[in-house]
Amino acid sequence: MTTNDKKDLLATRRDILKGAAAGAGALAATSALPGFVRYAQAQSSEPIKIGFQVHRTGIGAAYGRWYDRVTTAAAKLINDGGGINGRPVEIIAEDDGTDPKRGAEVVEKFASQHKCDIAYGTLFSHVVMGSAPRAGELKIPYFVVSEGHHVASGALNRYTLQPGICDVKSQVKSMAPFVTQNLGKKVTMIFPDYAFGHDHRDFFSAAVEANGGQIIEKIAIPPTETSFTRYFPKIPRETEVIYHVMVGPAVLTFVKEMGEFYGPNKPQIFGFIDSLEAVDLNSPGLEFLDGTYFWEGMPRYAQADQTPYDKFYRDHVGVDGNGASTADAKDVSTYAHMFGCWETLFVIKAGMEAAGYQGTGDRTKLIEAVEAMTDMAQSNEHPQGAKRFNGKTHQVFGPQYISKVEGGKLVVQHQTSIEDGLYDDEVDYTTQAL
Amino acid sequence: MDFGPYLFLASLEGAVTAAVLALTAAGLSLVFGIMRVVNVAHGEFFMLGAVIAWWVASLAGGHPAVGFVLALVIAPLIVAAIAALADFLVLKRVQYDPERTIVATIGLLYIIQQTVLMTYGPEARPVEAPFNHRIYFPWFGYSTYKFFVIGAAIALLLGLWLVMTRTRLGIVLRATQLDRETALAFAIPVERVYALTFGLGAGLAALGAVLVVPIQQAHYLMGGDPLLLSFIVVIIGGLGSLAGTVVAAVLIGMSDGIISVFFSPTLAKIIATLAVALVLVFRPQGLFGKAAR
Repeated sequence: MTTNDKKDLLATRRDILKGAAAGAGALAATSALPGFVRYAQAQSSEPIKIGFQVHRTGIGAAYGRWYDRVTTAAAKLINDGGGINGRPVEIIAEDDGTDPKRGAEVVEKFASQHKCDIAYGTLFSHVVMGSAPRAGELKIPYFVVSEGHHVASGALNRYTLQPGICDVKSQVKSMAPFVTQNLGKKVTMIFPDYAFGHDHRDFFSAAVEANGGQIIEKIAIPPTETSFTRYFPKIPRETEVIYHVMVGPAVLTFVKEMGEFYGPNKPQIFGFIDSLEAVDLNSPGLEFLDGTYFWEGMPRYAQADQTPYDKFYRDHVGVDGNGASTADAKDVSTYAHMFGCWETLFVIKAGMEAAGYQGTGDRTKLIEAVEAMTDMAQSNEHPQGAKRFNGKTHQVFGPQYISKVEGGKLVVQHQTSIEDGLYDDEVDYTTQAL
Repeated sequence: MDFGPYLFLASLEGAVTAAVLALTAAGLSLVFGIMRVVNVAHGEFFMLGAVIAWWVASLAGGHPAVGFVLALVIAPLIVAAIAALADFLVLKRVQYDPERTIVATIGLLYIIQQTVLMTYGPEARPVEAPFNHRIYFPWFGYSTYKFFVIGAAIALLLGLWLVMTRTRLGIVLRATQLDRETALAFAIPVERVYALTFGLGAGLAALGAVLVVPIQQAHYLMGGDPLLLSFIVVIIGGLGSLAGTVVAAVLIGMSDGIISVFFSPTLAKIIATLAVALVLVFRPQGLFGKAAR
């Protein structure tokens, strides 16, 4: 018995050594290969490398998949049109596991191993918070698509920019008047108990009170929660509007249990579509949402007055009129967020062209070129709507959409203007050294 | 809401948690009791059960009850088969050595999780409940399906208890648990019993998952919580003791429901973890466990 054990152990050890040797070989091969390609090619045709930090695993995986598809589609469009400054764009995707620590490592990998020109594409705010300081230290431009307020709040650095999607503060500020004027003045908020939810709590409360409304209860829910009925008794009886912004895989449970709890006698409900991104509105249990309102970054369902730009964008990404994949009608997109990837890539293109970007030595020129941007017209490059970039706060501003669930579809009721979402600058990144 | 109805709701929620937890933890306890294997991949078998339930239900079509009943039968069987195969391919090869099986089941955890991510995808997908009436209490509404979950879990646990105490299979299982060498001497095919046990344990987790998937959705990361809670329950109840597992599951489930309604869910988790620490210090064999001989 003992000898047997030993033999086995030895075999295992040998196998481990073998495996390690093979792994080291593979690693050497992959790290050698890009170097080889680089020196074999002329400088001018060398691709512009965009490091794409993607949530391929972890709680952000459903978003990551669609961010990936949009990024691939936009890069293809850019390359079909001749690339940037005559050079093709190469997307180098790395999974960050929706984890802040790994996010910082991925940024580092982009800068030192892949020799990327820039890093781009992060959504979840805690990953942005974890990665941005490292991007600043490595002096690699870091374009995030996160809708967190952390960029404009001044918490990050001059190398971090958010030119493709609006932040939470702007979103809630522009929508609060609609809620207080049309739905009710006594609001109960339900939000996830971490940075993203706290942004909503703070900015929406302030915005509602500025519009004559009142937040009568704030219910924070831990981000790992899977069951929600136990929280609903905390909603005060006199609540006129429930405002919810849950995210993550358990959101469907949240909405279903709210439906069971209230039945037909529900208060008005206003939610962030984040609660149901990548989820089919016709899923069992969601009938309850009929007649409730949602914020949408971009309308998931093609509206009666669909713009040609929205159509162009849908066609290129492969999304049908219901916001699902053209390949699989059950594969619902994260339509209200993923346009940010598309628009950010076109901002990067415009910035590199304005800066005459040639290589990593021109990174600071790229930052300054993007900081100099202001108004961007609604177009194929900006299908969500016209935008206004604030070079001082590194944050873009644009329209928001408020939709109502009618017959299992989201129908836009109101579109806010850029001005509705503007607020005073909290930082001037341009004063920081590059 | 007044105190009475509030407590009522909290107890209902706690009972649902306890029911599913008892089933899942019973599987973990069985595997540990008989095989002395700490199965870290137990939560992933739970997740597999939910994912396969979704798959079966979406293929079945027709009335949601048809898909659900099919899933209730098929999902645990498939998961049990996968587990038995894993036992044959992995655990047997490392001679059920306690340390090496832990590492092996961690590996199993990642293989199952990533395979599901690559095939099933990152979305949370719902299975329609077989029936979905709402009971109207004067203070709040509640899904009848949740009552069914409680009832079904009780029935299944009773069934398991009957199998363990009243059948030949139960005797074989208990004999192997009591003394592996003697069982072998009495011509009990211990290796096959191990494969069966590992399959049965995983199947119980899958059953719990099929019951819960119309309430929560199938998602590739859903195995984490059941694993942690099952360990808590099994340690408090006593490793390998079925009765202890059930009592501990009710204790943890109910206290989780009630404490998180009246105080905070974080406090409920703190208390559960503290209970584990206290049990380990003052009664290492668990509430119902027998001291090591």
